[in-house]
Amino acid sequence: MAYLLEDQRTTVYKVDPAHPESPSLPTLRTEEMMLNMGPQHPSTHGVLKVVLALEGERIVKAIPVLGFLHRGVEKLAEDGTYHQFIPHTDRLDYICAMYNNFAYCRAVEKLMDMTIPPRAEYLRTIVAEVQRIIGHLFWLGTQALDIGAMTVFFYTFRDREILLDFFDELCGARLTTSWYRIGGVERDLTPDLVEKLRRFVEYFPPKIDEYVAFLETNRIWLARTKGVAVISAEDAINFGLSGPTLRGSGIDYDLRKVEAYAAYGECEWAVPVGANGDTYDRYWVRIEEMRQSRNMIQQLLEKIPDGPVMASVPSVTLPPKEKVFNDLASMIQQFKLFSQGFQAPKGEIYCGTEAAKGELGFYIVSNGEGKPYRLKIRAPSFIHMGAFDYMARGYMIADIVTIFGTYDIVMGECDR
Amino acid sequence: MHPVAENIQQVFPEAFQRAVEWRGDLTIHVQREHLHAVCRYLHDNSDMDYDYIVHVSSVDWPDQPERFEVVYEVYSIRRRARIRVKARVPEDDCVVDSMTDIWKGADFMEREVYDMMGIRFRHHPNLVRILMPDDYPEGFPLRKDFPLRGKGWRDTFPFIGEKTT
Repeated sequence: MAYLLEDQRTTVYKVDPAHPESPSLPTLRTEEMMLNMGPQHPSTHGVLKVVLALEGERIVKAIPVLGFLHRGVEKLAEDGTYHQFIPHTDRLDYICAMYNNFAYCRAVEKLMDMTIPPRAEYLRTIVAEVQRIIGHLFWLGTQALDIGAMTVFFYTFRDREILLDFFDELCGARLTTSWYRIGGVERDLTPDLVEKLRRFVEYFPPKIDEYVAFLETNRIWLARTKGVAVISAEDAINFGLSGPTLRGSGIDYDLRKVEAYAAYGECEWAVPVGANGDTYDRYWVRIEEMRQSRNMIQQLLEKIPDGPVMASVPSVTLPPKEKVFNDLASMIQQFKLFSQGFQAPKGEIYCGTEAAKGELGFYIVSNGEGKPYRLKIRAPSFIHMGAFDYMARGYMIADIVTIFGTYDIVMGECDR
Repeated sequence: MHPVAENIQQVFPEAFQRAVEWRGDLTIHVQREHLHAVCRYLHDNSDMDYDYIVHVSSVDWPDQPERFEVVYEVYSIRRRARIRVKARVPEDDCVVDSMTDIWKGADFMEREVYDMMGIRFRHHPNLVRILMPDDYPEGFPLRKDFPLRGKGWRDTFPFIGEKTT
């Protein structure tokens, strides 16, 4: 009808009061409503408050209020040695702790200009990809749950549990892993764990098809993800979005491919890239990434070389745990590293790593002492929240949980 | 010198101070009055094309005459190149121009720098605290003269009471 105006972003029609054919409507008093959502809304993925300005059910403005989980991690980093900061990184993105360890250790190794033994690089890559699958499974389950598809949640959590048990056997913890060390990893995979991973690699692909079958035959899922929270490629770059959120908009930017660090250059894989930049494309990118990660794990398990899992630089790397209490030199080394730390050269580096959520970077300034002089964490969740207001405007209030979820946001990382 | 740094030196001879290359990272130091112009050039010039903002950060050097350092790290998706641009800011006038009109993502990052280090950004649309509470009375926690345990505000909370020592 001619007198209806089309809202470009949401294809919802409004009556044009200036048009001569418009029906006369009773004049209603309208006003903008402010609504506090959170800080403890169950589907906000952590403690986040959003102040919504609403016009009816339509979002006019969405202001994220951050900081409820702020623990001053960057300040704490300035007070401890480089080794002591590793457990703190677990608590950033607590869903994907391995990736935080990896990103931090990589940054310190760049600062120290260290070379890692090939077996350690392979192990790091394998475990990082396992962690990526865990992160994406967690995201898929909770995102579907937020939108109302409850079943998928049980299936993804069932499979996530297998991998968490794997972590449990690997390092003794399910979530706060601290398995990576500066210069390598804490311990090798046992043959039993390798066998477990092999079984998982065989087990997993039909399960992905199962989740996809659940969701893509579901009209509600499609209606609530297609065309929701659209961001164009230029805007996504301009806002500094990264990871699947950026690739969903069609930008082929993946640090694993660009820098080919660790063992990512040693296996065949592709970067899945979306086209429309909506929630559905980001979902598709993550599903494809799980398939790619599974392929990577399979290839790397076949090719993994033998050798040590820790670089031997006594002034920097920790001695093997079993030697610490039996060998005097190792004990002194351990004591020195934890009481004084190692002296990093003067200078500054930035090192970004492609984590499950996006580019997790560490900017470290060293003034030559045993502690970082300044350590800045480039947390993808925090930067994604910067685009939240822009992406939420014009959508319905019910879409808010979709828009949160689409970034795969974790507040521990966002607030640090 | 790195070709990008040479280019900046030619285009902005009055702003350019020095370039450092270390561990494969390129850093250029510029005058803060020209920081915005340099960033605008890095973003808009088609040979530069630094379209992606990586992070905004700040470093506190209390013993040096110009106390603070503001760090912008940007990346070019097309050229796969990264560059760090730094400017020094004195304590009595810690203001730089905001880059929110160049990279929209700078909005939250600059707010965080303001919140943590107290550096103000001219023309920023909404320069208020972001991670700390709005009524936080103790100043800027990432400054080097801020004690690790805070300045005692936390102990005045009624629900903590006498238990803290």
